[in-house]
Amino acid sequence: MSIKEVIRETATIRFAGDSGDGMQLTGSQFTNTTALAGNDLSTLPDFPAEIRAPAGTVAGVSGFQIHFGSRAIHSPGDMCDVLIVMNAAALKANIKYLKPGGVIIANIDGFGKKDLNLAKYGPEADPLGEVGTQGYTVIPVDVTKLTRESLKDSGLTVKDIDRSKNMFVLGIVYWLYNRDLEPTRNFLRTKFAKKPEVAEANITALEDGLKFAMATEVFTERYALAPAKIEPGKYRNITGNEATVIGITAAASKSGLPVFLGSYPITPASDILHGLSRMKHFNVMTYQAEDEIAAIGSAIGAAFGGSLGITSSSGPGIALKTEAIALATIYELPLVIINVQRAGPSTGMPTKTEQSDLLQAVYGRAGECPVVVVAPQSPADCFASIYEACKIATQFMIPVMFLSDGYIANGAEPWRYPSAADLDDIPVQFARSRETDDEAFKPYTRNENLARPWAIPGTKGLEHRIGGIEKQHETGNISYDPDNHHFMTHMRENKRNKVADILPLIQMEEGEATGDLLVVGWGGTFGSIKQAVYECRQEGLNVSQIHLRHLAPFPRNLGEILGNFKKVLVPEINNGQLIRLLRDQYFVDAQGYNRVRGVPFSVDELKAAFREALESL
Amino acid sequence: MAISTVSNLSSKDFSSDQDVRWCPGCGDYTILKQVQNAMPELGIPKENIVFVAGIGCSSRFPYYMNTYGMHTIHGRAPAFASGLKLSRPDLSVWIITGDGDSLSIGGNHLIHMLRRNIDVNILLFNNEIYGLTKGQYSPTSKVGSVTKSTPLGSLDTPFNPLSLALGANAGFIARAMDRDPKHLKDIILRSEQHKGTSLLEIYQNCIVFNDGAFDLYTDKVSRPETALYLEHGKPLIFGKDNTHGIRLDGMRPEVVELGNGVSADDLWIHDENDHFKAYLLTRFFAVGNEDGFPRPFGVLFEQERPAYEQEVARQMAYAKKRNGDADLEKLLSGDETWVVV
Ligand code: SF4
Repeated sequence: MSIKEVIRETATIRFAGDSGDGMQLTGSQFTNTTALAGNDLSTLPDFPAEIRAPAGTVAGVSGFQIHFGSRAIHSPGDMCDVLIVMNAAALKANIKYLKPGGVIIANIDGFGKKDLNLAKYGPEADPLGEVGTQGYTVIPVDVTKLTRESLKDSGLTVKDIDRSKNMFVLGIVYWLYNRDLEPTRNFLRTKFAKKPEVAEANITALEDGLKFAMATEVFTERYALAPAKIEPGKYRNITGNEATVIGITAAASKSGLPVFLGSYPITPASDILHGLSRMKHFNVMTYQAEDEIAAIGSAIGAAFGGSLGITSSSGPGIALKTEAIALATIYELPLVIINVQRAGPSTGMPTKTEQSDLLQAVYGRAGECPVVVVAPQSPADCFASIYEACKIATQFMIPVMFLSDGYIANGAEPWRYPSAADLDDIPVQFARSRETDDEAFKPYTRNENLARPWAIPGTKGLEHRIGGIEKQHETGNISYDPDNHHFMTHMRENKRNKVADILPLIQMEEGEATGDLLVVGWGGTFGSIKQAVYECRQEGLNVSQIHLRHLAPFPRNLGEILGNFKKVLVPEINNGQLIRLLRDQYFVDAQGYNRVRGVPFSVDELKAAFREALESL
Repeated sequence: MAISTVSNLSSKDFSSDQDVRWCPGCGDYTILKQVQNAMPELGIPKENIVFVAGIGCSSRFPYYMNTYGMHTIHGRAPAFASGLKLSRPDLSVWIITGDGDSLSIGGNHLIHMLRRNIDVNILLFNNEIYGLTKGQYSPTSKVGSVTKSTPLGSLDTPFNPLSLALGANAGFIARAMDRDPKHLKDIILRSEQHKGTSLLEIYQNCIVFNDGAFDLYTDKVSRPETALYLEHGKPLIFGKDNTHGIRLDGMRPEVVELGNGVSADDLWIHDENDHFKAYLLTRFFAVGNEDGFPRPFGVLFEQERPAYEQEVARQMAYAKKRNGDADLEKLLSGDETWVVV
């Protein structure tokens, strides 16, 4: 039988197995290789909610989806073409993500009586047989047996050999999509540099998986995807949290400031702490504090001392930090607060994504407490957004909230990375020392940005005290004067709003600047919305898109654009938060599209929502 | 102990232009005075000194010092001071706190600061009451304290701050009182000289809401019988005319009368570096000295161990050496890249 080579424009595949099966690593290897092949891509890791769910159960299933293609890819894909399942529980948890008629590659060793039982299939059930009758193509592979056979001369124990099963499977998928093995070989040799026998065993399993797929003719076709026509440049693959780490480090480097990160571990933000703890040679200091309050307190203390102070957390941790954010606001010190949002309230669903901390970011503090809020729109955009956040914080002496989310934090995409010389300058000038006969230092005078001087300890003649008690204009002395409080309250608000002067105007993301329907999104929903708007426009619908990266203050031309459309639709993964800000500030009769399921929007549901909005015009 | 005196600074140079706003007669005034007196003796330029405080009567302290200062959040001064000292080890950092601030709302930060051993000096003003909020009992108030919030008397056992500090692996613990200013100043200087976190508990009279809480120790007449002044290498002797001492009977301390065959040679010799004995000393803590033991003042314990910020600096230097020059281009590109033309 000959094998057909089929050209595809896009493909979506999903790896699923037990937490111990190494699916995240398998997925990220496929991602890197695919990026190197020149395809555009977007990924969605799907972590199990419980870290130590019993092996083999549905709760312990870990998944990784990648959408890639020869055209621009903006979302990780609604449904997959190929589903790889390592056991029965993985099938049970993921069959809903497989397109009708899709392919299942199943490790049949994971479908024994015990596995069926753990996955809560009945003892007599034959789930693979059953899905086979539902129009799916099932390709059963005894991965365990084949991997053991492949590695029988490796000298490794059976236990160690079984750890290479994921590489055998990856080899099969590499064959299916015509991928090059070299990047993964290199990766394995680096990863197991100290254990070359393990590296070689994994490489053998990978190669034998590919040979198995080639030789056995279980597949009737394989797929080829041309490189995507994307903007020329140098690319690398990156996740949101990695891009955040690099953005902060770059800001340190360009501003000449040391970075001080005070943080407390929390899902899904901990990787920022991990990443920055490896940047010491860039003058980045990390401090794992005893709690969230100490984490932000230490960052503010360091900011007083002249560091770029940063704290990273997720919604519940941000709640604990609110009093300190207010203090930094009245201190008027630079501070960057990273919130990698997750599904709430309370513990909620820590490994799932959501956009429900926007109002917390904008309003969630005691007193009138304006901070700047920026939100990255994709994994790679975390770089530019956090870099900008660092710049705004230091230029305006103000706390900046950076609203990432669990999806873009862990999701990956190709990044056309800049060279260091292309990055904006971040000029920082500390206040200069004074002699005894100079005029007394006034710590709350202001420059054209309304920013006060950054006067750091160790500077002669600038001794001054800052505190949470209201300050007198200019002198910074304690003041209970009613008019002064009114004045300073407005001053802090005006300064925050003045940031809009340096923000870029919003550009249309898709479509014309006037029309029937304007879709307004913010943050991590960018990719799905863009894909959906693009497809609707292909179908001839009058839809345009803008996407907000600046939530407080808004860009200067937002009101004007909103007024140019018959209808404004605001999709959000929350109960309607941006829409409240828009209605409040622009008096626009916007309509929401809100789903709070802990997962990104699917392109199909958005398209349906856009159509409905247009029909009701 | 040799103390380098500097320069031309005097205590007045450390006094800010702000009006001091504690109640007349408050013990805070003496402490402020002694801190200002101690400052010129540190040999540190005043621009390199930072006072960090939480919230409470005592925490207004930084506003009155003509140094850098941060008035922060209730209980959180150690957090701010930690970030400041880690990023700026060149600064002399002081924390001013009270019993409510450091032992109630900020208890967590206090114990973590002590175990990390960041080189800052904590002055804990203990007045066994909440003053700023006008008279509620605190975590150091004696059981049965009748206050605004405990009309029938407080029920919970108070902290023993110095035992707590030792339990948190503090490297320096000491006690002083507002009414013995000379001793207070000496111990402030000792605290500053310790490299690592120093905790100095200062008995401070709140004349408005808890007047006389420490009269037993501060009253000049009763003090010789009730207060035990510790000196390294000297026997534990107290009492008017030095009539009494503390002897160790195995693990148990006992109060003995000197004379009748008992001499100073038989007594417990104070060793600031002895962890076990320090613990016993912190247990001389009975209300009203009812167990017969006097309350110790001075340095109870000092242990030299690396300050946390030095260790952090060491790791930073190591990482710089190991990774060579920070290469931003390389960081941006990562290990695997491709070119689209
Ligand atoms: S209330 Fe007490 S502690 Fe506070 S200032 Fe007055 S006397 Fe001092």
